[in-house]
Amino acid sequence: MLIQIIVNGLTQGCIYALIALGYSMVYGSLRFINFAHGDVYMWGACFALIFARIGNIPFIAALFLTMLCTGTVGVALEFLAYRRLRNVPRVVVTASALGASIVLSNLARVLVGAETYAVPAFFETKYYNIGNVVINSMQFALLGCSLALMLILNWFITSTKYGRAIRATSENMDVTSLMGVNTNRVVSITFFVGSALAGAAGMLVAIYYDAVYSTMGYMAGMKAFTSAILGGIGSIPGAMLGSLLLGQIESFGTTYISSSMGPAISFATLIIVLLFRPTGFFGGKDASANRV
Amino acid sequence: MKIRNIVKDRRVQAGVILLLAAVAPIFLHTASLMHIAVLILLYIILSLGLEVALGITGLFSLCHAAFYGMGAYVSALLSIYFGLSFWITLPIAAICAGLFGVLIGLPALRTNGDYLAIATLGFGEIFRLLLINGGEITRGPRGLPSIPRPVFFGLDFTNKGTYYYILLFVAVMIFLVVLNIPRTFFGRALMAIRDDEDAAAFMGIRTSRYKVCAFAISGLIAGIAGAFYAHYICFISPDTFIYNDSITILTMVLIGGSGTVAGPALGAVILTVLPELLRSFVEYRMLIYGLIVVIMMQLRPKGILGHVNTRTSYLDSLLGSIRDKKIGGDQQGGSTNATGT
Repeated sequence: MLIQIIVNGLTQGCIYALIALGYSMVYGSLRFINFAHGDVYMWGACFALIFARIGNIPFIAALFLTMLCTGTVGVALEFLAYRRLRNVPRVVVTASALGASIVLSNLARVLVGAETYAVPAFFETKYYNIGNVVINSMQFALLGCSLALMLILNWFITSTKYGRAIRATSENMDVTSLMGVNTNRVVSITFFVGSALAGAAGMLVAIYYDAVYSTMGYMAGMKAFTSAILGGIGSIPGAMLGSLLLGQIESFGTTYISSSMGPAISFATLIIVLLFRPTGFFGGKDASANRV
Repeated sequence: MKIRNIVKDRRVQAGVILLLAAVAPIFLHTASLMHIAVLILLYIILSLGLEVALGITGLFSLCHAAFYGMGAYVSALLSIYFGLSFWITLPIAAICAGLFGVLIGLPALRTNGDYLAIATLGFGEIFRLLLINGGEITRGPRGLPSIPRPVFFGLDFTNKGTYYYILLFVAVMIFLVVLNIPRTFFGRALMAIRDDEDAAAFMGIRTSRYKVCAFAISGLIAGIAGAFYAHYICFISPDTFIYNDSITILTMVLIGGSGTVAGPALGAVILTVLPELLRSFVEYRMLIYGLIVVIMMQLRPKGILGHVNTRTSYLDSLLGSIRDKKIGGDQQGGSTNATGT
């Protein structure tokens, strides 16, 4: 029972982690909450639905295509909704993000439909009994994919030229542009990577829960944002660990306290963290070294 | 020249708008048009409430719908379970919403900017979930039906016109209060906090106390709107007070121009009428709404009335006018339109 709860929390936490990374990276570079990020995740699920309906696409290829598509959505979003708003108060950018979120979710409503859709399976589901814990192949795929993606991201951020540019931009955009870095392009790349990860999360959730609907982005986005804050927003390892923590909190909370109050437990955790450690667990007072 | 001065006079403008609002019911024949007019007034009150927190104090609140819902539920529950008159439940509801604002304002002590936005969002969600899981008291997602209508000296409260005029009066009162907040010491302290919190603290302003006060006033005003809403629709459910409504109110304030008082009211009118105009394109309604919000933010980041706003920080307006390379013209135009400082 206990291990089952932990495994469920881990799966949920990995999904939150993939979404939270995008929030964290965008917050790191542009310092605003990208409220449309949850809807990019929802679009990931929609693309997964489309590719699954087309059929004959292997899982890995579909995942790759979904990430490419949502990444493009993210870049377009940044270009159309945020690029002109670099030097205005953040509340304006946030309002633009809220508007963009309405646009994205309603675009899905118009183009994909307003119902809940089942996703045709990419592979057969098998159940494995390890001890008295039941894990299905979906959970394995989900855990494997998200861990692999997080490792790739970590490599990308720490060891590549663009990763270094992203880190530099998040530390100080003006100085970075003086160093000859095209910061607009770096921001675009940040959005591409973040949105691609959210798209991957959307696809994994779509096949795991077998449901795609146009409002799925809101709650997932909020939870992911909560976990990004738990870990200290702007920090990549923080986002990962915060998400895993939130997954566990939610899993235990829904089992032992109340299932319908599950989201409230997460939000209560968020508020407590904000009260006692507003910068999160990993975002120290001047955590510039750790920032994306 | 003289006519131009008269047209430019804020008091004349306000008088004309008030006169139009007073005679509007004559031209709004159908009940649905009157309903929209009442909704506009409710949203004006709500956006004025948010204006106190966001426009004047710079606190980014995403739980305004929770204050609204708090007012509505307190008023409805009191009148259903204790049979109290609306005129007693209204102030109680407003005070409860204000206290809720204090409760939410407490994290405002420790957080700022985006963290505050998220904390308030969390409070809003928790409030909604508490309503849904409220058992037999709030009747959960089924909502509270048959809330009694107010009684007042034989006025006919089944007529929407009655609500319209009462709400018009309340909205004008609240507008005047919010308009005059920046002229008081309290208001100046709030604006100082908005412009630079550290500098404000340095000047001896107890920033945390003022921030909580701003939240409380914001909640109080929203609570008034909520109580009216509950006794106007006579049915409330948690669906009315969700995150989307907080966003709607927020966009009203920002599209009108936060910090201008008249702006949020204008934004409320525009963003209430707009979805009704788009009713024939049901599918694309929210899509167009979102697009307009995004486009407005690109074209006029300070809001529709933001450019005549003399209450932004002096440095900001100076930098803005240098950027526009129209220092002379704009500054003078700004000062003739000045309402406040």
